[in-house]
Amino acid sequence: MRNNYDSVVPQPIADLPWRLITLVLLIGGFGITILYSAAGGSAEPWAWSHAVRFCMFMAMAIFLSHLRQEHWQFFAYPVYVATLLGLAGVEALGQINGGSQRWLNLGFMQIQPSEIMKPALILALAKFYDGLPSGELRKLVAIWPALLLIGLPAALVVIQPDLGTTLALVAGGIVVMFLAGLPLRYFIGGLIALAAFIPLAFTFLLEDYQRNRVLTFLNPENDPLGTGYHITQSKIAIGSGGFFGKGFLNGTQSHLAYLPEGHTDFVFATMAEEFGMIGGLALIAGFALLIRWGIRVGQRSKTTFARLTAVGLSFTIFFYVAVNLMMVMGFAPVVGIPLPLVSHGGSAMMTVMICIGILMSLDRENRIPR
Amino acid sequence: MIWKRKHGAQPLSVSDSMRQTMFSRRSVLVNGAQLGVAGLLAARMGWIAIAENERWELLAESNRVQLSLIPPRRGWIVDREGRPIAMNRSDFRVDLIPDRVQERDRVINTLAELLSLPEDEVLRIRTELDNVPGAQPVQVKAGLEWEEFAAVNVRLDELPGVSPLQGFSRYYPAAAAVGHLVGYVGAPSREQYLEEDSNPLLLFPGFKVGKDGLEKTFEQRLRGEPGARRAEVTARGQLVRELETRPDKPGDPVRLTIDAGLQEFVGRRLGNESGSAVVMNCQTGEVLAMASMPCFDPNSFSDGISHPEYNMLTEDERVPLRNKTLLGMYPPGSTFKPVTALATLAAGVDPEEIVYCGGGYTLGNRRFGCLGVHGPMNLHRAIARSCNTYFYSMGRRVGIRRIAWAARKLGLGAEYDIPFPNQNYGTVPDDRWIQRRHDREWTDSDTLNTSIGQGYLLVTPLQQAVLSARIASGRAVVPRMVAGDNRPAPPIEGVDPEHLARIRAGMDEVVNGAGTAPRARLGLDDVRLGGKTGTAQVVNLSAGRGGMGVPWRYRDHGLFVSFAPVDGPQYACAVVVEHGMSGGRAASPVAKDAMLYMFDRERALENLATLEDGWGGDIRQRMAREEAAYRAANGLEPLPSLPRVEVPESDTSQDAGPGEDPTRPPPAVVAPAPDAPAPPAGTPASTDGAAAATTPSAPASPPAAEPSGGET
Repeated sequence: MRNNYDSVVPQPIADLPWRLITLVLLIGGFGITILYSAAGGSAEPWAWSHAVRFCMFMAMAIFLSHLRQEHWQFFAYPVYVATLLGLAGVEALGQINGGSQRWLNLGFMQIQPSEIMKPALILALAKFYDGLPSGELRKLVAIWPALLLIGLPAALVVIQPDLGTTLALVAGGIVVMFLAGLPLRYFIGGLIALAAFIPLAFTFLLEDYQRNRVLTFLNPENDPLGTGYHITQSKIAIGSGGFFGKGFLNGTQSHLAYLPEGHTDFVFATMAEEFGMIGGLALIAGFALLIRWGIRVGQRSKTTFARLTAVGLSFTIFFYVAVNLMMVMGFAPVVGIPLPLVSHGGSAMMTVMICIGILMSLDRENRIPR
Repeated sequence: MIWKRKHGAQPLSVSDSMRQTMFSRRSVLVNGAQLGVAGLLAARMGWIAIAENERWELLAESNRVQLSLIPPRRGWIVDREGRPIAMNRSDFRVDLIPDRVQERDRVINTLAELLSLPEDEVLRIRTELDNVPGAQPVQVKAGLEWEEFAAVNVRLDELPGVSPLQGFSRYYPAAAAVGHLVGYVGAPSREQYLEEDSNPLLLFPGFKVGKDGLEKTFEQRLRGEPGARRAEVTARGQLVRELETRPDKPGDPVRLTIDAGLQEFVGRRLGNESGSAVVMNCQTGEVLAMASMPCFDPNSFSDGISHPEYNMLTEDERVPLRNKTLLGMYPPGSTFKPVTALATLAAGVDPEEIVYCGGGYTLGNRRFGCLGVHGPMNLHRAIARSCNTYFYSMGRRVGIRRIAWAARKLGLGAEYDIPFPNQNYGTVPDDRWIQRRHDREWTDSDTLNTSIGQGYLLVTPLQQAVLSARIASGRAVVPRMVAGDNRPAPPIEGVDPEHLARIRAGMDEVVNGAGTAPRARLGLDDVRLGGKTGTAQVVNLSAGRGGMGVPWRYRDHGLFVSFAPVDGPQYACAVVVEHGMSGGRAASPVAKDAMLYMFDRERALENLATLEDGWGGDIRQRMAREEAAYRAANGLEPLPSLPRVEVPESDTSQDAGPGEDPTRPPPAVVAPAPDAPAPPAGTPASTDGAAAATTPSAPASPPAAEPSGGET
């Protein structure tokens, strides 16, 4: 579809997916509003920096949207390998400095390779399945390289240890494999294996603090002042907001600091306290529209690479939002995943904006015939 | 293609078009699952925010609003003129709230430094922090100096969990002299907390409840109602703003019939003796003074007493922890003779009938001795000389039933309606009693013993005072402690006032004539004191009476009952000096001075000053010295700030101030002048400590009574 307004609006501007951009702006703007309130009605220290970062990454996404599918195909493996090396580098640095490290300092900015890995893994897997002839799909060669592609970064991330990102990588990867057309029995078998594996992993693989989070999640009232505190306070914030909320700047849980991490992981609770269920439904609907748009991009795409990339990236965004909201509402353990575009903090926003940028680029190819 | 098996034969390979269809279906499936999750989240949110809204709203509110109690100020206990006996003064304290403490070690160390806490206190705080549930405050230190309090307040930001409080603590200006009268207050026990259905007020740091005496009896009246302060606080406990405050309702004052000046005078006058004295208005029964000495200092009990101090009190053979006025039971000895005299007169015996005293009385083959050979005795002389022979003879003639009747008419053997948790009522024995109690027949020798106040008879000092008052006024007075009703009591039914007048004449003679208590003469022109001495055997010694030659605890008790003035009695006074050897020697001078206080205060205070010089200071100084000696004897380090012990007597009395620990209550003003502006009865002033200081001391207050006005 090509916009033919033929008016004062220059063609490159008119060609931008304005409905999508408006949606993203709305979500980001809501985030800025919430952060303004979380700081007690002040642009400092969060709202302003969030706005600046948002604009920066939005510009970046629009820039990315002008790249072509060939570029993504071409860069898929190199970016994957570079990010994998980055992850290994972070791990090595962590070993040297002692303790866990997730950041790589490039001098001018800090980069979290595990975040970049989320889109990079999707691209690499899409590229792999794109190159795989349809006839090979039922053979072993369709599986082990993909598992390797997922397993390497996942292993590096899980030893950081960063359970949330590991789950995001594995889930995103498996969804791509599922969409690629692998036989269904693998996934059913995998699910059964997972069910058997979880108790074992819980006992032997998780760190103490991670185990505590899971236990607390299962019964937050057990430890209302320790690890259960987060979940309980979050539920208090959401629950006391009611349907219409307490009103902008009127939240007490956030302003009196009862809600921990009210500007990052628990920003949804901060929002829900002041804007109530209305605000919550609006935000959920916004993200649903965004994700649905991403999946539609995939469904309209012509190549396997574009299809898998689009739905895989949408799923990455979905994973962020879903796990964060489940955590905030007491459906999932506290794993430390922020709400993209809304939580203060750059890395998740960067990842999601990269995803959106790539999606816009694929969308452009669907809409604008070359 | 999702469900391949539906197509029957499985294709060996997948075609491109199949692959695309499969993608379409599976992507729809993924999107559907995502929508399902979205729906689930929306439903979950609705559940929390709408279905459970009320519950979470409540929790948010209880997060936001901190409800803190304002403990009520305790009502004052004042004397008949409104002078304070128990009052409040401001007290600075610091507590730790375990829930809010962060970096425990640093906080405790900082506090230890700021408040110069000793090692064992730091240990106690740590132990309590470990054991106390999170929201219940742990006391760090009470009774802070203003400087210490300010130092903590200034650094509050770096001391999370530290809660400085300005409260009130109980203060008894007359200290030990009122200890047994008012009792003391203390932190509520677990039992008290549960008894009051877990009243949160009782957990408030520094909140005290009455533990004994009047403080305990009048607990509910004195307590008042707590106020509440609602404040918005952050998670870290910082105050955002006050929402609303309901002020506390201070407890009601209790006005006693006690004369604070007399009470303290009597307490001091008992000196180092183990004894008790009760003074009452003999027309109305109002108790003016009721002292049991030695006594604990209720101030130190209320602040939480130290172990050595408590051990010292429990080990003292003079039993300072026992209120002897109500719990001490003594054979009345010769102070019972007026009772036998009343029985004699009531039986119609002519008071002029002569009994010849040849030094004793023979019953069968047993001889009952008299202390002298008194010769011919009528009732009047027999009372004056305390002749046993006369009362043996008359007692036997009128019989035990009549004697018991007279004893009960005069108030013995009875329990009185007074506001104290415990009192004894003693024994008035008769034939029925002995049958019941000892399962045997009453004998004549029992009657003889009873006639002179020995045998099974037991009385308390309070009953002795009632006895004196009833003889003095002929009214059926009962002791009353709470001011308000000062109507005279009704006459004693069935007792001829003429008989009592005869007995009073005899008691006049005891003191002012040829009697056994010349030491009790008031020395006033217009007021005479009448009384009767008594000496009660503690053990039956082969050597006879327990006098100087035997150990203190085997010596006889000295008793004295009295009233004044002889013409138109107003006051009755009973004194018991344990192991005082004789009533005339030990007890009657105390009663005399107490009466003198009522009629010539100046001279009474002069006498007391001279006596206290001889004893080595006032009660406080002597108690401090005893404690120092006790600590030295038990290998404890001396208290950092005791009054100087080596200072010559005359100096110590002048010099209570400089050497004394500034945290201790200022020395009490002994005798407020009659025209002293009494503080408004029971209005708990916030500057309590100073209230005592503003009362000008009596012009003739002895040197020991250093007015505390100069103290800061």
